[in-house]
Amino acid sequence: MIRLTTPITEAQVRQLKVGDEVLLNGRIVLSRDMGHKYMKEQKPEWLKPILENMVIYHCGPVVKKHEDGHWSFVAAGPTTSIREEPYQAEVIETYKVRGVIGKGGMGKKTSEGLQKTGAVYLHATGGAGSLLAERVKRVVDVKMLEEFGSPEAFWIVEVEDFPLVVTMDSHGGSLHEIVLAESQARAKVLMAE
Amino acid sequence: MSECVIPTLTSNEVVESKSVLPEGWKADLSNLKAVDLTLPTLELLRRSTSRLPQDVIDALVKGRDAEEAGSRAFNTLNDMVRNILLADGHVTPLCQDTGTLVFWVRHPFGLSQRTAKQQVRAAVAEATKRSWLRPNCVEALSGKNPGNNMDPFHEGHPIVHFEEWEHPEIEIAIMQKGGGCENVGAQYRLPDAVIGAGRDLKGVRKCIIDAVVKAQGQGCSPGILGVAIGGDRVTSYEKSKEVILRKLGTPNPVSAMDAFEKEMTRDLNTLGVGPMGYGGNTTVLGVLVEEMYRHPASFFVSISYMCWSSRRRVMTIATQGTVSFD
Repeated sequence: MIRLTTPITEAQVRQLKVGDEVLLNGRIVLSRDMGHKYMKEQKPEWLKPILENMVIYHCGPVVKKHEDGHWSFVAAGPTTSIREEPYQAEVIETYKVRGVIGKGGMGKKTSEGLQKTGAVYLHATGGAGSLLAERVKRVVDVKMLEEFGSPEAFWIVEVEDFPLVVTMDSHGGSLHEIVLAESQARAKVLMAE
Repeated sequence: MSECVIPTLTSNEVVESKSVLPEGWKADLSNLKAVDLTLPTLELLRRSTSRLPQDVIDALVKGRDAEEAGSRAFNTLNDMVRNILLADGHVTPLCQDTGTLVFWVRHPFGLSQRTAKQQVRAAVAEATKRSWLRPNCVEALSGKNPGNNMDPFHEGHPIVHFEEWEHPEIEIAIMQKGGGCENVGAQYRLPDAVIGAGRDLKGVRKCIIDAVVKAQGQGCSPGILGVAIGGDRVTSYEKSKEVILRKLGTPNPVSAMDAFEKEMTRDLNTLGVGPMGYGGNTTVLGVLVEEMYRHPASFFVSISYMCWSSRRRVMTIATQGTVSFD
């Protein structure tokens, strides 16, 4: 088990390999479909200091606003990452992001982006909304809440021992490609029966 | 992290004590015009969003215990069980994607469907306000979120199916189906030259294998597959979703289909996709199939993929007005 705390350096990221189990600590930034489209098309400057050497989490949380105005996370598991494939590599490069958390893995273009910039794809257990919300210790800030609505906003949160698996590393390795190839080979056999 | 979690949900007494229905609450079914389904539907939502059905939990535990202890597959299934217990204990959503909400309302003659629909919608709005549901319904093109889970124009969300039946009870079933698993559903038109599937059960088998391989971990495996053979494009897909309401482990009433379901479950679990697509022996928790009639020229196979967090619940309001949940 590897403990990492954001911000993360390129050197730290380059050491990570497919299959490594990671416990992540520190600040992370939530963003999904609307955020990625916005980052690619408008390249907002204000996000640069927020994202540099940080980790993006593909997640649209269930949130609760308390009477004193502060927010907390009720459920916060990963959403399917492949929808961000058209945007991810460019976002990683533009904002010098060191990690992307999601589920289901991503494609070739993102893998190339991870290798070029020095970043990893970290897989969280899909559907584990309660378990993962417990590891979100504090909501630091939220951006674009009015414009995007709560599931799509940029939530900036602090996490503690957030459990992840490296499934795509900065050297071109991808657990998703391996499992896909093996299951396709097995499917061929099953279909011939 | 790898300590083996024993799945024990909170007792029924505790669940009852947290109910939004006042103790002894009853509906007066002798006057169907005055029946208000809002409160019992809210309670149905509270349970479905936070408490996974026992048969699904049992299947996940069985899957976990079939994986090598300490493996990624084992740990992942174990985390799923841990998550189930947390959500149940805290009455919080099992998953942040509280899904597209699909209701099936079966009722005796005399109930106003228009009124009942407004009551179901009111319950959904209230459950959203209480953070039991994420505002999960946005305008298609703009992505604008009204924040209350309502499609204000066509009333397309929540989805409410009505059926008048011969029984005196009212039954409301709910399914919360996440977007990730909905996206990996598939419809095939046989014969399908690409996968070499003909118009027979062998062809159906190929469609199912193809869909599960394409889905990988994207639909949050281990999944539950609802399969409809026949129908038109719409009824076929609709049926493929409805069959997921059947409890895992209950036999298909058609014995040939029952054998097919078991064979498919066994074979799909040799694909090696595993929980969340990490590899492993647990790719599906079950396969549920129903055959329909079809137009002679059309042969559809529709597959709805349900994630491991298969949130479904059935509420029955008996003739004497008492409410029960299964």
